[in-house]
Amino acid sequence: MTSPLLQVSGVSKAFGGVVANNDISLEVPEGKIIGLIGPNGSGKTTLFNSIVGYHPIDSGSILYCGNDISNMHVPEIARLGLLRTFQQTRVYGLMTCMDNMRISVPHVNEGFRHMVARHSESVADRAEELLEFVGLYSKRRLMAGDLSFGQQKLLEFAMALMNEPRLLLLDEPTAGINPTLINGLIDRLQRASETLGITLLVIEHNMRVIMNLAEHIYCLAHGEMLADGAPSELQNDQRVIDAYLGAH
Amino acid sequence: MIHRYIKWGVLIVLALGAPVLMPAIKTQLAMLMLMITFALTWDIMGGQMGYNSFGNIVFFGVGMYVTAVIQRDMFFTAEEYETMAGALGAIDGTDYLTGLVIGLAASIVVCVVLAAILGAGILKLRGHYFAICTLGLGIAAAEIAGGIDYIGAGSGLVTPTFPNEYLGDRGYFFYYYFLVLAVVAFLVLSWLYRGQFGLAINAIRDDEDKAEAMGIHTTRYKTMAWCISAFFLALAGGAMGNLVGFIDPSEVAFAGATYGVWMVLMAILGGKGTIWGPVIGAAVFHIMQELFWTYLFGWQRVALGALIIAIVVFFPEGIMGFVRARWPELLGHKVDHQTPESRIVP
Repeated sequence: MTSPLLQVSGVSKAFGGVVANNDISLEVPEGKIIGLIGPNGSGKTTLFNSIVGYHPIDSGSILYCGNDISNMHVPEIARLGLLRTFQQTRVYGLMTCMDNMRISVPHVNEGFRHMVARHSESVADRAEELLEFVGLYSKRRLMAGDLSFGQQKLLEFAMALMNEPRLLLLDEPTAGINPTLINGLIDRLQRASETLGITLLVIEHNMRVIMNLAEHIYCLAHGEMLADGAPSELQNDQRVIDAYLGAH
Repeated sequence: MIHRYIKWGVLIVLALGAPVLMPAIKTQLAMLMLMITFALTWDIMGGQMGYNSFGNIVFFGVGMYVTAVIQRDMFFTAEEYETMAGALGAIDGTDYLTGLVIGLAASIVVCVVLAAILGAGILKLRGHYFAICTLGLGIAAAEIAGGIDYIGAGSGLVTPTFPNEYLGDRGYFFYYYFLVLAVVAFLVLSWLYRGQFGLAINAIRDDEDKAEAMGIHTTRYKTMAWCISAFFLALAGGAMGNLVGFIDPSEVAFAGATYGVWMVLMAILGGKGTIWGPVIGAAVFHIMQELFWTYLFGWQRVALGALIIAIVVFFPEGIMGFVRARWPELLGHKVDHQTPESRIVP
């Protein structure tokens, strides 16, 4: 068996006395779509932050492509192709959608010449292609800050794809998106995974979305790994149901 | 297209002919070009990158001192210089130019290296913290310079007298020097803003955490932005010392309360984060200032203060920002007139 693309082993993180993550382990095999669920405050976003290097972890290890990344910083990890999107969307509000896309090119092996040079036509073509893919082509000249929340989410997703990641961590991709657009988004996530070969780890509260999307789901509660398994197993897991309905 | 050429042609003729047409105010015109350079270089960080620096004046002052010290030490011993007290008849055009060029080159090196070192230390700070820290830098620089005897300490440093008989009128010389500097700064910056550098520093302005999360080399871009400011300010400072003829540590070199604040105001007045904004802002500000000095003498500082308040209250987005909000098509922005989808709050 080949080693997984991302292997989180025994990661703990506390903020003062609050233990946000306690001994969390999970695996994300290459090419799969993995889900991460759990009630609010269960430590999902903290785990994302730990993985991408936003804050140091207290113990445990995080292996990406077999290399330990637990001591690396956010931009270094991003350049290795491990990218995350934010729960509250983050786009460059005073730049046009096209400029948002252009600056999202991969920044690995960038020399001084790349830093000052202009982008080639192919970058613009690729940007337009991906904006088309998420359905924002007609908005390409608008300021990103003028888009609606849902459109900003789509733009953020397109920016992530522009960066050509190997592993993409999505923090609630469907939150705040119009229900009729959600089906389209699920379809795009699946297409990104299949045609672009991007592995996905997705935090999601919308059970219909995550059950349809993920092949394997991890469930956190109170900072601990409560259960994991195939969507159908988890749906019938009493512990998961209790966690969501507040039996604790 | 023809229209465009005419516009540029008129600008070029005006710029080249201004001191000949108005010889009485050629030094003020040279100052205008310096102000444009100030505003343009401040805007790299303050406007395009969102880092409000009140410390850029440090590079101006350091450049001024380095150039003057090299000009002094290349051709005079300390005693000679002391006794001549700036009235240096002994220097000829070639020596003067050699000293100036080598001095300017050295000040570029010193200022760029200084920017890189300071940047590594304080560009990690964000928002107000960065602004306050840079404010401290400017004040500290003046205090330090005022305590070093080698550069004249508090009593200042006299720069070599301009050899009029070899190089013609110094007003013309420095006007064209500052004109070239402002034009080169403008062209280099507009070229940089169109490339990845411009996009990256705009991204840092809009959301630095996001820029980091996308793998942008934020530290490199920030340091580079400050080094570019330092490069042009070194060239500006070195020549300014020679134009004024006397370097006072806190009034001329590290003049935080005047130049240091004006460079911020001019960029804001014209429109932060645009290429023409600082140019327009500097021109309007400088002309107003000269008018106050001429017609409101005695009240010129009060009038300047009132102007500053008016700028901040009525033009928070600057002249270019005002124009862009009213007539976006005029500046090449394409507008979608369709009503935006109502915002869905998470």
